[in-house]
Amino acid sequence: MGKQIVKLTVNGEEHELLAEPRELLIHVLREKLNITGPHVGCETSHCGACTVDMNGRSVKSCTVFAAQADGAEITTVEGLGTPDNLHVLQEMFKEHHGLQCGFCTPGMITRAHRLLQENPNPTEEEVRFGMAGNICRCTGYQNIVKSILAAAAELNAAREAAQ
Amino acid sequence: MNDMTPEREDRVANLKGMGCARKRVEDARFTQGKGNYIDDLKLPGMLHGDFVRSPYAHARVLSIDTEAALALPGVIAVLTAKDLEPLNLHWMPTLAGDKQMVLADGKVLFQGQEVAFVVATDRYVAADAVELVEVEYEDLPVIVDPFESLKSDIVLREDLAGQTSGAHGPRKHHNHIFTWEVGDKDTTEAVIDDAEVVAEESMYYHRTHPCPLEPCGAVASMDKVNGKLTIHGTFQAPHVVRTVASLLSGIEEHNIRVISPDIGGGFGNKVGVYPGYVCSIVASIVTGKPVKWIEDRMENLMSTAFARDYWMKGRISATKDGKITGLHCHVTADHGAFDACADPTKFPAGFMNICTGSYDIPTAYLAVDGVYTNKAPGGVSYRCSFRVTEAVYFIERMIEVLAIELNMDAAELRRINFIRKDQFPYQSALGWEYDSGDYHTAWDKALKAVDYEGLRREQADRVAAFRRGETRTLMGIGLSFFTEIVGAGPVKNCDILGMGMFDSCEVRIHPTGSAIARLGTISQGQGHATTFAQILATEIGIPADSITIEEGDTDTAPYGLGTYGSRSTPVAGAATAMAGRKIRAKAQMIAAYLLEVHDDDVEFDVDRFVVKGAPERFKTMADIAYAAYNQAIPGVEPGLEAVSYYDPPNMTYPFGAYVCIMDIDVDTGVTDIRRFYALDDCGTRINPMVIEGQIHGGLTEALAVVLGQEIAYDDMGNVKTGTLMDFFLPTAWEVPTYETDHTVTPSPHHPIGAKGVGESPHVGGVPCFSNAVHDAFRPFGLRHSNMPHDHWRIWKTANGLGLHG
Repeated sequence: MGKQIVKLTVNGEEHELLAEPRELLIHVLREKLNITGPHVGCETSHCGACTVDMNGRSVKSCTVFAAQADGAEITTVEGLGTPDNLHVLQEMFKEHHGLQCGFCTPGMITRAHRLLQENPNPTEEEVRFGMAGNICRCTGYQNIVKSILAAAAELNAAREAAQ
Repeated sequence: MNDMTPEREDRVANLKGMGCARKRVEDARFTQGKGNYIDDLKLPGMLHGDFVRSPYAHARVLSIDTEAALALPGVIAVLTAKDLEPLNLHWMPTLAGDKQMVLADGKVLFQGQEVAFVVATDRYVAADAVELVEVEYEDLPVIVDPFESLKSDIVLREDLAGQTSGAHGPRKHHNHIFTWEVGDKDTTEAVIDDAEVVAEESMYYHRTHPCPLEPCGAVASMDKVNGKLTIHGTFQAPHVVRTVASLLSGIEEHNIRVISPDIGGGFGNKVGVYPGYVCSIVASIVTGKPVKWIEDRMENLMSTAFARDYWMKGRISATKDGKITGLHCHVTADHGAFDACADPTKFPAGFMNICTGSYDIPTAYLAVDGVYTNKAPGGVSYRCSFRVTEAVYFIERMIEVLAIELNMDAAELRRINFIRKDQFPYQSALGWEYDSGDYHTAWDKALKAVDYEGLRREQADRVAAFRRGETRTLMGIGLSFFTEIVGAGPVKNCDILGMGMFDSCEVRIHPTGSAIARLGTISQGQGHATTFAQILATEIGIPADSITIEEGDTDTAPYGLGTYGSRSTPVAGAATAMAGRKIRAKAQMIAAYLLEVHDDDVEFDVDRFVVKGAPERFKTMADIAYAAYNQAIPGVEPGLEAVSYYDPPNMTYPFGAYVCIMDIDVDTGVTDIRRFYALDDCGTRINPMVIEGQIHGGLTEALAVVLGQEIAYDDMGNVKTGTLMDFFLPTAWEVPTYETDHTVTPSPHHPIGAKGVGESPHVGGVPCFSNAVHDAFRPFGLRHSNMPHDHWRIWKTANGLGLHG
């Protein structure tokens, strides 16, 4: 199968690589770029463990071909914060016990990051609806919802303080 | 001394020991995408394995043609049973005393069964090659019903032909596996036959699956130069995997290293040994290269580790004022094609004999018949200790049915039959010794918290309004009171493949006063690195933040039986406390020497040893640790280390009281959980934050099982729920906010009184959600309906009761 050149900007870094037309974005990220935060949980777009941000939208990278992402700006959980300067969502997931086994967490946080840009001040119901594409088997979601609401409050307080 | 008080509180707080809602140390890596799960592992030259699986549930394998697959560039090998046979690895022993095909040997017995293992340079090439392997099948009649199986002339397991007994006694039929009996049959039947009131019910606890978000996988790496085999994998019991790998492969155990990396949830799915593990090991030995095998979600749901599939028939008797006199239970257990249930060896139906529940039932009898069918093997404890969910569902449904028979309130019926606080330790009719409990206090607290009487009034009003045609929504009040049996277990009666079910902890104190502890267990999300450090912090006075916890590497950790059945805290947690106490005993001698007093003249105080009556004279644990390495102390070996292998004297028996308030739309069958209250008593509470997290998660897995999650087969043995499109995993949208509460009744035999909690919410949650559905329809004559209570089935129930006009 002929390979084609795919250009991606991942977490601010530009990459140019060869990929088969059938190669999935999740496999390019994980196996070619060693970005292993996004995980494969179902391969059918249901579980959301592979969620990344692509051109400002949450996508399930297990059902996107790398070729479809040519030229895209992609953000994964690795691009949200640094060890010395965690993103508020990362802080709040730690603070409110929003994770257990951690397998869904990169997808959860990446999706929550986009959700809070789509809706900076969501209600609990809006968080639950907005996160319904991401499955967690451990937490029962209660503390995930709590973490996201707490992050929204922090981000809004920071915005207000900045104004 | 008053001046000392705040300072002492500060020292206690600084430890972050037991009882503290310490934040998890695991979270830094997981929130930054730096977890290290099995599929993240890449080794130089690593190959990828993938399975050819049977599309048939029962068929003869006439031929396997691998030529086209082998001709594909990048394909290194295709293994079939013929290749494994010379190594005697085409079959493997199961945990239940049966054997299981690793690759199809002559025939296949369930859809999705492993037929051939393709090894290639890349996972895409491996998948292509799977399509190129040509297998010729001759389909055979399929049996998916265990009752039909016991009557059928068709022999499913031809390899067992003529064997009239198996690992658990006589076999009554060629598709029968075992009969397991507990209790006094004759007396129980006599009591029930003569009873004033008898309730009978048959119920099916459907087949489901633990479905952790991360599927199973392994990377096997044979180093032919050094003769060392390293197996990384999703193992809930890595040490047992090492022993099994050694026994199967003939490689000496010291030359095998098993590593469980971060595990993305287990819930019982990752206890068993699967053909994928064996094939990757063989492939690595054959090729001399590391071989990775990762199952996909469909393979996970179709082939590894189902749970439940119990057909239960009960009879319960009582006096006319509601005192229970006897319980009779028969189970027809569908074990699928191979008996691969993950239970302690002597318990072919796990701890199903906890089915007398939380009640003082003087006479009981249980019989379980295991049966082969053309379904996947497994029978794991999905978020429960060995079949306890089945047992608790059974008794909590029987109680409800008895309440209907007696025309009595189900909460009151429970209350008058609870084992009383003064009866503990309590000997159950089916052979267990319950360690401690205070059921009445928990029950009263729960009912008061939800205003039970008020709820019943509201429900009566709702029923009246419904009858008047003013509403189409009914209200159910689901009750459950459960007793778990966890912490397997005493070595005298619990083993896995002959290995006694003890567990272990090894502690090393470093010269500068920090420490590392290694355990025989392995976390899959439970937060062991956080909570075991808390146990140690309290025991040895070194801050939890200065203690590293390591698990899962058999080269470094002491031998243990792993994490499942809520056994980590009851068994390894006890080992941790005991190892800590050994450290403390030696530290006491060192402190006494340093303080120039007799050993008995110093006492432990939070983080130091003080001279009795002179608290200003002390040595901190950091001082003591340094001294252990820095000076010669007469009569004391240098260093400060300890190891404990803990064999628990008994199981622990956590319990709890749950109430679910559910509204049900009679015309659509849609359920709305308005409120869920969960009171748990897990004995001493190590980390309340972690406990609550476990309860939220376990309740959600219970909700899933009750409201829609199932592994369903059609008559041809096709799996109808093989993807997440069909297999129900609740999202944030379907899940309510839970209220949690607790009482504390420590275990009298556990060093810190802890009982384990991870599985309680699942065990108690399943009957609670189910009872809520039943309770809503009780005024209209419903006694029992089988789970899962999805919208369609609830609609059918309502329709059957004539509620659609």
